[in-house]
Amino acid sequence: MADMKQLAGPQSRRKFLAVGGGSTALAAFLAACGSDSDSMSTSTTTMKPAGKSETAQFGKGDVGILNYALTLEYLETAFYADVVKSGLFKGADLETIRKFGMEEAEHVQALTQAVKSMGAKPAPEPKAEFPLESAKSVLELAATVENLGAAAYLGQAANIESPEVLASALAIHSVEGRHAAALNTLLGETITPDGAFAKPADVKTVLKSVEPFIVG
Amino acid sequence: MSDKVTSNEQFANPELAAVRIDEDSEDLSRSEVLLKGALAAGAVYGTLAVGPFVRKALAMTGGSDVDILNFALTLEYLEAKFYEEAKTRAKASGELKSLVNLLASDEKQHVEALTATIKDLGGTPVKAPGVDFGDAFSSADAFTTLAITFEDTGVSAYNGAAPMIKSKEVLAAAGGIVQVEARHAAAIRLQNKEEPAPEAFDPPLDEKQVLKAVEPFLA
Repeated sequence: MADMKQLAGPQSRRKFLAVGGGSTALAAFLAACGSDSDSMSTSTTTMKPAGKSETAQFGKGDVGILNYALTLEYLETAFYADVVKSGLFKGADLETIRKFGMEEAEHVQALTQAVKSMGAKPAPEPKAEFPLESAKSVLELAATVENLGAAAYLGQAANIESPEVLASALAIHSVEGRHAAALNTLLGETITPDGAFAKPADVKTVLKSVEPFIVG
Repeated sequence: MSDKVTSNEQFANPELAAVRIDEDSEDLSRSEVLLKGALAAGAVYGTLAVGPFVRKALAMTGGSDVDILNFALTLEYLEAKFYEEAKTRAKASGELKSLVNLLASDEKQHVEALTATIKDLGGTPVKAPGVDFGDAFSSADAFTTLAITFEDTGVSAYNGAAPMIKSKEVLAAAGGIVQVEARHAAAIRLQNKEEPAPEAFDPPLDEKQVLKAVEPFLA
């Protein structure tokens, strides 16, 4: 994939990863490690606003968080399925993409079951369309989505009330981090766009980023 | 192209039991991908929403946040020393060499951050452990194999300990670290021509299991 290494740098991707959620410990971590010049650090002084939960539109409490995650996982699954069918990839890259898609589908199942076990209704599968113009643009989009997805989970970890739900979310979150790093590698980009400490993304930012792909 | 009937008594969704999916097709539709994922996850979750490994995580008894962070600090020290030594002793070149430098830098920052946070919480950070990596540097392959063990174990250690963290802020910070460890794991795996994300879910490990994995390297 040598030609894949020419591309827009991490900056364009970071647009999607506005730091949100406000974690003072993260701020302490960042301060402790000194220079933070390479990363966006605008949120480190922002505390999460009290009151309405960010994921209320998806349901109450942990259900809302799970359904938010479920929505993202549906989008990722659909995206990878489309990419596999597109014929843009072959060989090892195709297998990687196929595998990632299967894992997202497993995430859909796990999150769906988790919501049902709480007696709530799982979020519906959104109707989505993705641009599939070239292998390069697809890889870039995949990397954007995975880096964003990992940040989305990280953004919600501290909001989760149930230790069970948290354990499940963490088991998924780290896999999204693996996906992101793998795709970044395929693109010839850094595996850690945020440096040694991954940054969270807030719900508004994440939804705004995926909105263009949701149709009807 | 064969049709497979897949059935599993313990499916979370019994209606999936009779689903036929053309396993060999490259052209699975979105629905088929979802179903296939459901089958795979169903094998793990069975009729329970909470998978067996999640229940295991909850069975772990944790100490204070300082205890948990000190546990993490020991692991980070191990990794930091490993990569620092690898800079000169691992037979790495090109991409792998660059990766080693990045890993060394990240783990060093993790050590520093955890140490500072433990102090901020009024605790005493553990000292750097003595280490012995044996013949891990005898070849690039030996090095990457052990690196993968450390990173995969690190991810599972954080995933296992995190649900027991009491402070939301410490949890958020731990989350920021574990994601980076997962990124590391994926990158090294790729260097070793292995799958970056072999499983859909990174399992939690308890302290005993983690120590069992890393003990051989603590001097």
